[in-house]
Amino acid sequence: MSAAHKGAPHLLAHNPRDNVAVAVVEGLKAGTRAFGVVTETDQPFEIDVHDDIPIGHKVALQDLGDGDTVIKYGEDVGRMVARAAKGRHVHTQNMKTKRW
Amino acid sequence: MTLAANIPHMASPFVGGAPDQMFTPALPAVRASLRVEATKVWGWRRENGRVGVRNHVVILPLDDLSNSACEAVANNVKGTLALPHAYGRLQFGEDLDLYFRTLIGTGSNPNVAAVVVIGIEEGWTSRIVEGIAKTGKPVVGFGIEGHGDIATVARASYQAKKFVQWASELPREECPITDLWISTKCGESDTTTGLSSCPTVGNMYDKLIPRGIYGVFGETSEITGGEHLCKARAASTEIGEKFYRTWKAYQDDVIEAHKTDDLSDSQPTKGNIAGGLTTIEEKALGNLEKIGRKCRYIDVLEPAEAPARGPGLYYMDTSSAAAECVTLMAAAGYVIHTFPTGQGNVIGNPIIPVIKISGNPKTIRTMGEHIDVDVSGVLRREMTLDQAGDALIDMIVRTGNGRLTAAEALGHREFVITKLYRSA
Repeated sequence: MSAAHKGAPHLLAHNPRDNVAVAVVEGLKAGTRAFGVVTETDQPFEIDVHDDIPIGHKVALQDLGDGDTVIKYGEDVGRMVARAAKGRHVHTQNMKTKRW
Repeated sequence: MTLAANIPHMASPFVGGAPDQMFTPALPAVRASLRVEATKVWGWRRENGRVGVRNHVVILPLDDLSNSACEAVANNVKGTLALPHAYGRLQFGEDLDLYFRTLIGTGSNPNVAAVVVIGIEEGWTSRIVEGIAKTGKPVVGFGIEGHGDIATVARASYQAKKFVQWASELPREECPITDLWISTKCGESDTTTGLSSCPTVGNMYDKLIPRGIYGVFGETSEITGGEHLCKARAASTEIGEKFYRTWKAYQDDVIEAHKTDDLSDSQPTKGNIAGGLTTIEEKALGNLEKIGRKCRYIDVLEPAEAPARGPGLYYMDTSSAAAECVTLMAAAGYVIHTFPTGQGNVIGNPIIPVIKISGNPKTIRTMGEHIDVDVSGVLRREMTLDQAGDALIDMIVRTGNGRLTAAEALGHREFVITKLYRSA
C-alpha cells in the first residue's frame, strides 16, 4: 500500500472556530492549494498557502490583524503582534502569548 | 504530495507498532484492546498487594556521596540497578520531605522487588529503609562512615546477591489490567501531539479509568493557558479549587518570584517552537488532551505523593521537565508511563517502562527507534483516535507482559529528583 492516500490532508484544524490550522505533512510549499479537515466535525476545507510551512507549523485561515486573538482548539491561544494574511505562516514572528 | 511515501508501511497498525519494530505474528490475535475487561497482565504481586511489571533489585544511594558505592555494588552483582542522583545533603523543610518521599516511594514502587540502601551515615539511611520496609519487601541499609567504601561495597554486595537471586525466582501471576497504575506526561511536544499522541493517551484513559485503573497527569507550569479547562475537569468544585490554588501558587511563588524576563525561551521550549508551538496557551491545550473527554480527576497530589482516594485519575503538582515529572510519578507508585512526544523526547526511567507515542511522521522517520506506538496515521486520517487508543492499550499490555520499551532497550534511566530550593 502506498501510504499516500488521496484523502490525506495537508492541514488539520481542531475546531470550527479556529482561525489557524496546522501543517501535518512535510514540505508544504508556498503556492499549494492545501486540503484541510476540521477534526472535531470532519468538515473539509481548502486554502491557498502563501508561505513554505514546516510540518507542525500554523497557517492563518483568515486575515489576522495585529492584536487579533488566535483561536485554536476553539480557545484563545495568544495574540497576533503583526498581521498575517490568510494562507500565511503564523508563528513566533507574528504571534505571542498573553501570559508570561 | 510525496511526503507519505517516506513513511514505512505499518505492518500491523492496530497493535501500535512503530515502523522499526519487528513484526510478531501472534500479536494481532491477542490484542488486549479487543476485550479489555478480560485482559490479564503477567505481573509480580508484591507483599502489599500492589502489582509490578518489572522486577528490579535497586541499589539506592541515600545521597550524592553514596553513588560511587552503589554503582560499585551494581557492577559486582549482575541484574541489580543503581540509581545515582545529585542530592541528599543539607536539605531541609518541605524540600527534605519531598526528598524522602521520592526516595522511599521509588524503593516502594511495585516494579522493585528488593532494595539495598547505602548512605554516608546510618541515621537517614535507616529512615529510607524503614519507609520502604512498610511495603513488606526486603530492604537493608548500610552506612559508609566507620567502614569506608570498600568494606561497605563488600557487605552490600553480599546482600544484593541474595536479593537478586531471590527476586529472579519470584513467580509472575496473571493480574487484571485494572491492577495497573498508569501515568502520563508528554515531552518535546509540538502541534502534532495535541492532534494525535496526547488524545491517544486521553482515549486510553477514557477506556481504562472507568474500569478501575489509577491514572495521573501533572505539569503545573504547562497547564498555563488551559487552567480554566483543567479546573473544570475536577470531580468536584472543591478539588477544582485545590488544583487552582496549586497552579496559582506556582505562578506567584515560583514564576513571578524568579523570572528575569518572560518565560518565552523556556516555555514553550526551543524544541516545542521548532515543532510549531508558539505560546504556552497552545502548548497547554495540547497537553490537556491527555486526559481525554470524560475523565475527571479525583484529587490533587503533592509531588511524589501516593494517591489515596482509590482508583481514578489524579492531578499531581509536578515540574514539566520530563525526567523530574516521571521520577515523581514513579515514586507515587505508578508502574507504567505513557509519554506522547512530537519532536522526539528520548527520556526513560530506571524503574518504570516509559512508552513513547508519536504522531509526527518526520519524527517517526528520523528517530523511529525511540517510538513504541506510531499514531501518525491519525494525521493522515487513516487511523481514528479510537483505534490509536486501542493501539496504546495493546502496547501497555505488551509492555506489562515484558516487552522492553524503546527507552529501556536504549538504556534510558533518567532518575532526577525534584528540588524545591537550595540546600542549607
